[in-house]
Amino acid sequence: MSTETTALTPLERKAKRRVKRKKRIEVFKITIRTLIAAFFAFIFLMPIILTITNSFMSASEISSNYGQVFATTDNGGKVYVSEKVNLKFIPDMVSFSQYSTVLLKSPEYLLKFWNSVILVGPIVFFQLLVASLAAYGFSRYRGRIREIIFFSYIILMLMPYQVTLVPNYLVSNWLKLIDTNWAIWLPGIFSPFAVFLLTKFMRRIPTSVIEAAQIDGAKESQIFRRVCLPLCKGAICSAAILIFIDYWNMVEQPLILLSNAEKHPLSVFLSKINAGEIGLAFAVATIYMVPSLLVFLYGEDYLVEGITYQGGIKG
Amino acid sequence: MKALKKNRKKISKKLKRQKISSAFYIAPSLIGVLFFFILPFLVVIFYSVVDNPISKNFVGLENFVKVIKNEAFRTAVKNTAMFSAVAVPLAVVLSLFLAMVLNSKMPFRSQFRTFFLSPLMVPVASIVLIWQVLFDYNGAVNEFLLSIGADKIDWMKFELSQLVVIILFLWKNLGYNMILFMAALASVPHDMIEVASLEGASSWQIFIHIKLRYMSSTILFVTIMSLISSFKVFREVYLLTGDHPYPSIYLLQHFMNNAFASLDYQRLSAAAILMSLVMIVLIGILFITENHFGKDMEG
Repeated sequence: MSTETTALTPLERKAKRRVKRKKRIEVFKITIRTLIAAFFAFIFLMPIILTITNSFMSASEISSNYGQVFATTDNGGKVYVSEKVNLKFIPDMVSFSQYSTVLLKSPEYLLKFWNSVILVGPIVFFQLLVASLAAYGFSRYRGRIREIIFFSYIILMLMPYQVTLVPNYLVSNWLKLIDTNWAIWLPGIFSPFAVFLLTKFMRRIPTSVIEAAQIDGAKESQIFRRVCLPLCKGAICSAAILIFIDYWNMVEQPLILLSNAEKHPLSVFLSKINAGEIGLAFAVATIYMVPSLLVFLYGEDYLVEGITYQGGIKG
Repeated sequence: MKALKKNRKKISKKLKRQKISSAFYIAPSLIGVLFFFILPFLVVIFYSVVDNPISKNFVGLENFVKVIKNEAFRTAVKNTAMFSAVAVPLAVVLSLFLAMVLNSKMPFRSQFRTFFLSPLMVPVASIVLIWQVLFDYNGAVNEFLLSIGADKIDWMKFELSQLVVIILFLWKNLGYNMILFMAALASVPHDMIEVASLEGASSWQIFIHIKLRYMSSTILFVTIMSLISSFKVFREVYLLTGDHPYPSIYLLQHFMNNAFASLDYQRLSAAAILMSLVMIVLIGILFITENHFGKDMEG
């Protein structure tokens, strides 16, 4: 080794030192990046983790930690209220009492959870069904009228609730559907979002694939079911996840279209939990998160793909 | 010659069949969209220019004037516009920054991506409890302020309450934007960057002149999507503060909800149409700029 270093000319030594310095800067940069990412990861994850860990606290621990916050709306009832708010990640004692209360003793929460399932499930399924048919239609033939229709779908997709809820309300009112699940289902099923996403995907299927099927004597319905749908499996999963997130999270539609609070999904009901049951609220919030987190765990790649497909709206 | 003609006839017949069958596939969706969105929207336009749905006297733009003069509507528009004007640029810049961090060399990249994306999946209603614990008058943030000797702030009830809403908005939406930017960054041609750095371009120059240029259409798209989700921030505000929040966070959707509650069709229709006009203008700008910028990149 030593003979090697002495054999180096000054110029070579300088070059070597420069490479070393460059390497050190690179390591420094990577460390900074990781620190920045870790900082953001902490902020992004903290509320989620807190909600989950707090759901394992007993009722008395919750009220002693956050009593101050929720006591303002509490009328009467002797609850021990601490002087300070203690934000704690780890419960003093892990307790499943909140969950057992929610699952066994308070059927109203489960009922609202079931409302959410009943509202969201059919929308995801039927929107995909209607949309995959339409997307096939849009991708098989591109005429002038079809392009105009597709363009108006995009505009409609970009309209905020403040605009679309008014026509939705009018139709539901004419058909006497206000206060029934149909008022949420029907606009959801015909929402143009999935049509847009799936059309973009199906238009990328090479025509040679479809022509080959035609030469083999396949009818349109067969091409759709046997060729197109299997090729679009990934896109359909992406669309399903995006539709699910959107509707599992809905607040605006039920507030306006379902005036009967009995029918409200858990997303709306959670905000109305009163102070005495704040311990339960964390458990209910966690239960409500579980389906989305499961979907996320199993479908993150589809989700990412779906979002990426949305980019570049013109397609 | 004859055979060719026959062949052409066959092809055009085939195309025609394809056209008809494609119409059948589109029909269910189109009927639904017409019935639930487009036709009722025409009725909304009609309602906006008559005095009430029963007597149906034409009043011109009177309803629009009334809505624009309405104090609550003005507050709602002002707040929503102010919120979007601050939150949207922040959402674009911060998510671009995160995407650049994750797109460069570093450990645990895919884990960080998962972490950044997770708020998108969590329902707002589930997380509102923690926001309450943090931003309540007796909450954790104020506890912290007291401990460093600062004064308590009533976060949901002061002039800058929008700050809290902006934080909640960014928390939820940065991940989505980041994914779009990561995809765009990955599609910037690699050899171009290499040539530029060989020519002695600094990384800042590469960022401005190559990367941003290639991502211009994505930036526009992310801006529009952020704008649309900024109109949805009503959820957080509603779940935190209910129907009647502090005036500084009274948003357009609050105004619409109150109009729905009193079934004031004229007010609803006029407000919805004003809103849709603003959206159409914004979307139009998106398409025009994309056409303008997109051309020299694709060519």
